[in-house]
Amino acid sequence: MRKSLLVALLVLGLAATAGAQSGGTVLLNAAGATFPYPIYSKWFDVYHTDHSNVQINYQSIGSGGGIRQLTAGTVDFGASDGPMNDQQIGDFKSAHGGAGVLHFPTVLGADVPSYNIPGVSGELNFTQKALAGIYLGQITKWNDPEIAKANPGVSLPSADIVVVHRSDGSGTTYIWTDFLSKVSDEWKNKVGTGTSVNWPVGLGGKGNEGVTGLVKQTPNSIGYVELIYALSNNIPYGKVQNSSGKFLKADLVGVTAAAAGAAKDMPDDFRVSITNAPGATAYPISSFTWLLIPAQISDATKRDAIKGFLKWMLADGQGYNESLSYAKLPKPVVAKELKAISLIK
Amino acid sequence: MDGAAPRHVGGPRSFVARLRDGDEVAHLITLVFAAVILLITSMLVYELWVSSHLSRAQFGWNFLWTQTWDPIFDHYGAAPFIYGTLVTSIVSLIIAVPLGLAAAVYLAELAPRNMSDSIAFLIDLLAAVPSVIYGLLGIFVVVPVVRTTIGPMLINTVGNVPVIGRLFKGPNYGVGFLTASIVLAIMIVPFIISVSREVLLTVPREQREAALAMGATRWEATWKVVVPWARTGIMGSIFLALARALGETMAVTMVIGNDPKIRESLFASGYTIAAVIANEFTEATGDLYLSALIELGLVLFLMTFILNGLARILIVATERGGGRPS
Repeated sequence: MRKSLLVALLVLGLAATAGAQSGGTVLLNAAGATFPYPIYSKWFDVYHTDHSNVQINYQSIGSGGGIRQLTAGTVDFGASDGPMNDQQIGDFKSAHGGAGVLHFPTVLGADVPSYNIPGVSGELNFTQKALAGIYLGQITKWNDPEIAKANPGVSLPSADIVVVHRSDGSGTTYIWTDFLSKVSDEWKNKVGTGTSVNWPVGLGGKGNEGVTGLVKQTPNSIGYVELIYALSNNIPYGKVQNSSGKFLKADLVGVTAAAAGAAKDMPDDFRVSITNAPGATAYPISSFTWLLIPAQISDATKRDAIKGFLKWMLADGQGYNESLSYAKLPKPVVAKELKAISLIK
Repeated sequence: MDGAAPRHVGGPRSFVARLRDGDEVAHLITLVFAAVILLITSMLVYELWVSSHLSRAQFGWNFLWTQTWDPIFDHYGAAPFIYGTLVTSIVSLIIAVPLGLAAAVYLAELAPRNMSDSIAFLIDLLAAVPSVIYGLLGIFVVVPVVRTTIGPMLINTVGNVPVIGRLFKGPNYGVGFLTASIVLAIMIVPFIISVSREVLLTVPREQREAALAMGATRWEATWKVVVPWARTGIMGSIFLALARALGETMAVTMVIGNDPKIRESLFASGYTIAAVIANEFTEATGDLYLSALIELGLVLFLMTFILNGLARILIVATERGGGRPS
């Protein structure tokens, strides 16, 4: 009842703006994840310059909000840092007469562990067990054998570890908890994967900047931040052990390698987690971020506009990624997505 | 003064006459605006009530004392958030009320008038500073000071006192209830000073003069006559401050540690209702999750409501003990 009223109001609002925009221009409204917002706004802007008849409005209201708006039908497409789960897809189908929703990976993101230990300046190596143990609250001292054995020659203090995590729901947390669930059964059963979880230990900081602020200010702390944020703000971070046992420092190449490693077993709906992906060069705490496109779009001009944009995004659009510190999609994934575009009817 | 009196000067007039000279129009327009406030409040409660249906049906009253907040396994309880909201609000009042009241008394009664006015201007400016600025002040100034100076000092002194010492024990990372309360206190002090000063200035000159004529010292006249006269207004300023403390979001979430646990130490990290709603609402995907967050909003609304009610009762009760004749 309340929802339908809201929807009606929004539709009226959209109709009003669309009316003002008439003259062959297609106005697409989208909403969702905040993490890819910088690249999305760049893409939508460049695309509009090249294709003046298509204008895309994107509101970065968060992945959860994006999924809700898409299901309510108030936006033409959504965006999310975590794939929609089966229940959410079921909700979407029942709200849209059985038509489903398609996932299109756009760019890649990764998380890195950042820490502040007085007296330790070098890059620390973190085993998968160490990260899971620290975040479960089982490894409580910096000189724990699990940390020490991966860092020979570094004199680690016997200080208590101060764990820092995100307090706001975020895709960054989704990637981090997804990784921990993969490498630790205990984490998977006790805590799980999500944009917000019930943290066993630790302080919460709001946003990447909040976590960074807490880590910088609190001696003997560790936190996780988005790779892009760490790169653009010159935040030092440690290496993480990948599925082949190698310690890797996150960079854009390693993140794309992780996606390539996962591409072989890529399911047709692209709903896949690429944390701890196979491959010696694959950085283990990486993830896709997705555009969520309805499988049936009744408005033919909108449908063509969305298809056109997706094709451009997979070709020219990917060229803008690295200048904004986003990792590119690997070629096999691009090829698979190009095929999937024809599923939009 | 009786506001209705002038309308009847010259005896009762016809409705049309009253409409023509504007009285009736003004009456209706102001009535509509007053009714809008009532309407907005009841719509707010109705929306919160209806949207939290799922969560209320699932958890019932248990929601209020359950200590788990787990979005993955869909288990929600409000207890740590209620606790955090109450603790930070109360501690911030304990810090801010004596400070604010003393400053207001000085500015209204003792300071030279032009100095008082210019300081009052600055205080009003402080009240208008956005809360995220106070949050930054919290992160960059209060957090390090609590971690390195205030914390160890309190642990070594009050921490050894029996009973009350338990509030000042445990690890101190600089973020937590105490830091959040200090930041809140800084934010609400301007409200207390500004409103209390205005109220104190409205106390009639005769009251002071009478007390002085009776042989009271200046301080006795201030503390025993002027302040009790202004008591209702001062209480009002404190409740305004309390309301802001209860609902403050940004500044609190930046310094409280955002950890939904009930701990007795003031150095421990905690969470407040407003902070968790702001943090998790945008990414809340499940229906029950969203509903639980909205129920938290309802709980906050009711808490504000109840505390304001208690405040009114307190005012009525203290009024009997003297003060302003009505």
